[in-house]
Amino acid sequence: MPQVFHRSMNTISRVSIVGLVMLIGGFFYFCWAVNMSPYYTRAKLQLIQPVPFSHKHHTMDDGIDCRYCHTSVENSSFAGLPPTETCMTCHSQIWTNSVMLEPVRASYATGQSLEWARVNALPDFVYFNHSIHVHKGIGCTTCHGQLGEMPITWKQNTLYMRWCINCHKHPEQFVRKREDVFKPVYNPPKDQIAMGRRLIKEYKIRSLITCDTCHR
Amino acid sequence: MSDLKSQATSPDLVNINPEPDSARQRFWRSVEEREGTAAFLEAVAPEFPQGEVPKTALNRRDLLKLMGASAGLAGITACTKLPAQKIVPYVRQPEEFVPGIPLFFATAMPFNGVGRGLLVESHLGRPTKAEGNPGHPGSLGATDVFGQASVLTLYSPDRAQIPTHLGKVATWEEFIEDLGDHLVDERSSGGKGLRILTGTITSPTLADQIQGLLTDFPQAHWHQYEPCGRDAAREGARLAFGQYVTAVYRLDKADVVVSLDSDFMFGEPGSIRYARDFADCRRLTYPGATSNRLYAAESTPTITGSLADHRLQVRSSAVEALARALAAAVGVAGSGSAEPPAGVSADWLAGVVNDLKAHRGTGLVVTGDHQPPAVHALVHAINQALGNAGQTVVYTAPVEANAIDEMKSLKDLVAAMDAGQVRTLILMGVNPVYSAPADVPFLAAMQKVDFRVHLGLFVDETAAQCHWQVPEAHYLEAWGDVRAYDGTASVIQPLIAPIYNGKSALEMVAVLRGQTYASGHDLVRDYWQRQASGGHLNAGANFEDFWETSLNNGTIEGTTFPVKQVSASVGAIPAAPRPLASDAVELVLRPSTSLWDGSFAHNAWLLELPQPFTKLTWDNALLVSPGTAARLGFKREDMVKVQVDGREITAPVFILPGQTPNSITLHLGYGRTVAGGAGTGVGVNAYLIRTSATPWILTGVQFSKTGTTHHLVTTQNNHLIEQNGQLHEEESDAAFDRRVVRVGTLDDYRRNPAFAQDPPEVNTEAPSLYPNYYDYTKQQYSWGMSIDLNTCIGCNACIIACYAENNIAVVGKDEVDNGRDMQWIRVDTYFRGDLENPEAYNEVLLCQQCENAPCEYVCPVGATVHSPEGLNLMVYNRCVGTRYCSNNCPYKVRRFNFKLYSDFQTPSLFPLRNPDVTVRSRGVMEKCSYCLQRIMEAKIVAERESRSVRDGEVQTACQQTCPTRAIIFGNMNDPSSAVKKLKQQPRDYGLLRDLNTRPHTTYLARLKNPNPEIKG
Repeated sequence: MPQVFHRSMNTISRVSIVGLVMLIGGFFYFCWAVNMSPYYTRAKLQLIQPVPFSHKHHTMDDGIDCRYCHTSVENSSFAGLPPTETCMTCHSQIWTNSVMLEPVRASYATGQSLEWARVNALPDFVYFNHSIHVHKGIGCTTCHGQLGEMPITWKQNTLYMRWCINCHKHPEQFVRKREDVFKPVYNPPKDQIAMGRRLIKEYKIRSLITCDTCHR
Repeated sequence: MSDLKSQATSPDLVNINPEPDSARQRFWRSVEEREGTAAFLEAVAPEFPQGEVPKTALNRRDLLKLMGASAGLAGITACTKLPAQKIVPYVRQPEEFVPGIPLFFATAMPFNGVGRGLLVESHLGRPTKAEGNPGHPGSLGATDVFGQASVLTLYSPDRAQIPTHLGKVATWEEFIEDLGDHLVDERSSGGKGLRILTGTITSPTLADQIQGLLTDFPQAHWHQYEPCGRDAAREGARLAFGQYVTAVYRLDKADVVVSLDSDFMFGEPGSIRYARDFADCRRLTYPGATSNRLYAAESTPTITGSLADHRLQVRSSAVEALARALAAAVGVAGSGSAEPPAGVSADWLAGVVNDLKAHRGTGLVVTGDHQPPAVHALVHAINQALGNAGQTVVYTAPVEANAIDEMKSLKDLVAAMDAGQVRTLILMGVNPVYSAPADVPFLAAMQKVDFRVHLGLFVDETAAQCHWQVPEAHYLEAWGDVRAYDGTASVIQPLIAPIYNGKSALEMVAVLRGQTYASGHDLVRDYWQRQASGGHLNAGANFEDFWETSLNNGTIEGTTFPVKQVSASVGAIPAAPRPLASDAVELVLRPSTSLWDGSFAHNAWLLELPQPFTKLTWDNALLVSPGTAARLGFKREDMVKVQVDGREITAPVFILPGQTPNSITLHLGYGRTVAGGAGTGVGVNAYLIRTSATPWILTGVQFSKTGTTHHLVTTQNNHLIEQNGQLHEEESDAAFDRRVVRVGTLDDYRRNPAFAQDPPEVNTEAPSLYPNYYDYTKQQYSWGMSIDLNTCIGCNACIIACYAENNIAVVGKDEVDNGRDMQWIRVDTYFRGDLENPEAYNEVLLCQQCENAPCEYVCPVGATVHSPEGLNLMVYNRCVGTRYCSNNCPYKVRRFNFKLYSDFQTPSLFPLRNPDVTVRSRGVMEKCSYCLQRIMEAKIVAERESRSVRDGEVQTACQQTCPTRAIIFGNMNDPSSAVKKLKQQPRDYGLLRDLNTRPHTTYLARLKNPNPEIKG
């Protein structure tokens, strides 16, 4: 009886078996890559804003504290976005003719709010509270990145649940002293883990990873 | 479902067999359950009643294809990117506004003209939730269904949004111009043709403005008409005392309360406070504690009657005879016959009289607003004869700014309109075209008026017949003031600018007076400043401080009416009417427990709210006793023609155990014809047979079957709990009966305080193979709840509070019929005993937060899990909608979004939502979370202050609104917490503990305090 399959079928079958596995693997890798890409997460994307506000300039060059604008960060879930009035406390005195600041002046004159593109957003079923994180020694830059080095603000992290849980499981890797919380540029010390463990005790930090921590 | 509808819901009531004694001890929730017909048992066995399953030829291959496609589509939808969002800060941020932290403002809600103190939660200027004001004497922190539901009215998409002239869109300025033209004529004639119609007004400022208007137009008239007003109570006081006074009960001092057809815990001006005071006298926190005793003689089951220690069925028309007999027995001279009406045993009457006499000064007799004036007068005389007047009931000046006979006022207006004497008619916040009695032809007379203006929240039946409809401002939108049941005045403080530029009645009267641009705020403030400077108020030197304090507290100090000394006599009461023949059937009209007089007909929360006892939703019905129905040949859902004095309506029949034989009750407030999307055409309009002479109790009524039926939807049989345990050989019958409701007498309790405990052979803590993952007793918090069945009145306020707090969706009549109502908390009514005259018990049911939750073991995706603090969590974003959890829940407290029930489309409803709670979408299971959002907020605040959450710091929404404080929530790991102490009581029991669920919600057994003198 002649052979049903040609000899080359050996190769073809091997290649197709391996290829199929790779194709499936590749598909999942592709999905994962899209899922993690800035296209999907919008992390590290610079959004177009009505005014090109620079955190770098205001926090580092001018030395303004985070809480000057984000007033409710210590006592509310929401850090707060400054009203136009806050901008005008300085900008009615300096840079009064700057073209860049025209939308701010217009807003103040007309009473129409500035409409900023939202940089950090969570899904509606997630309830995040700024005040408790700040109180427990989690700095602004831990989540928002080195704002003191951002000329235009971008989202530093994916804000995926996996990313949240990583910190909730290992707070010692991220916690810092309360006096350092509002530093616009912060690099963890060499003994972060040791300090972290000490602060966890001092600040009574609990590793909260039950669902009700964020979902309700 | 078809089986259920055709057989189970129409039991053959004629052939009810007497049952053995053991069966008499069983609890049942509906006539069908009591009968236990096979069709019924089959229909309720599944978790959700099986709707009509569409018959499709779906074979295995097609099913697989569909499943594959669904899985694929589900995968694609999971890839939704978060939409790009804008973030918009203020230009000038208002002081005290902190995004993320709600503010609370004290205000008051006028209900039936009288004020109810509220504390309203505001998120960035959006009122989202009304709570009671703890500092207000009429509230003490609690509210009722109407207060809770009023926020939905504010955002109702049906609200009148713009002034209309002859149905066409117009402007406020055009209205003022048109009105001005008409007023010029009126001014020259002294206002001869000008008439104003309002509801009952207690607002001092508005009354002052109207008086000012009547000074400007000396010939003008001010009429008041409240469809479910207190004419009888006022007239009764006048008969007894010769003047109008308001009776204020002090139930905290009453040991014996006799209710003569009164539902004093619902709908009366002081009912929220009364419920609280009444409940405080029966907390029974230790076996030696004393309890008050309530006798209720009533024609239809009421929430007040459900707490009665002795409930007597009596027809409303016979209550006068009962009152006369009672009066004669306690020594009121001139009360007439001492013979109690048929059906009232001498035993009962003697027991009540002796108890009242033994409690002189600490007893109280009350009657309902629907009873005729003579009964009110008799009750005043009885209370005086027993020395209760001045102790448990005091009298004050009338809280109404101008107490009048409102029915007469309405008739006068109609007569004047009919005679062509009225040229300009201003209607403010009333809907008389709908709510006027049938013998007062308001509509026909009104059409003779040249210029008709209606100020109303909604375009209603009356607005449709007026030249001008002007949008009214909701009480949360405009300044005003109002008096509470005891005269205490509150400033109505708006929380939001009028959404549709509505005007308040105050501003409307100002316009009539030519003060076109007067602001409500200035009018109210000026009035009270004048009061202060006139020496009527002790405002101190600085009025501004006084004003700010009044706004902050929600009450104006020094406005509570002083007690008046009056003396009652019954000389003026009319002769006793002839008693109704014993087989004649009376018809009693009562305000709806949900829609009141119909003014809440737009409110979908209230429409869907299961009414007490009947659990009817989206309908009213003739409530008929089983025996009477059998005698008249009525079955449930039969349409029956009701004829009185040549007028007729057709209404469906609902058979209600506990309804008095030969007395049929029908609720007012339904059958609106112009009531927006939700309320139009719901139920039957009972005003069409109401007469001005006998607005409440109709006799000489003919009932006849029409042969048609109307499908009524009740939740009586939704979410049934299996009351039979698993019968093992070693267990007793006592263990077999799970005793979902546990009831004993006070004597039982004193003899055996632990009477409500599970029998020892019931294993409530079976060993587990699972390692003890969390040791709940060692955590910082272990949240638990205790519900006192001895004080729960089943008023439903908790259900509406939960709607508002947790963004609960409304599903509509058809979906409720499918068992898909979404309420997280429900009030089950359990009946026991005789079908005709059963005992009724309320049991509030919500997620029991089991430590060993059956729902958790069956979830394939871990969407319902346990927290270390003992909470059974529901994670919406994980839920894939298998519904295994609710199948496995023995308490039937889980609710599934079969469809997209939450309204994501109507913009006006967006601001209503509580921003701290997820709005659930289709395909997601949901359930009570113990108001997790409130727990988390309190925990975060406590953590920030480096302390533990204090007892009482977290109140669940149901707890906060409960008028009787029957619900207590807290940390069970704190030995000093209120909830822990309640759970240590011997009366404490858990539902279905034989299933080893270890619920964190437990109940305190109901105790009855019967009078040993009265048998049976």
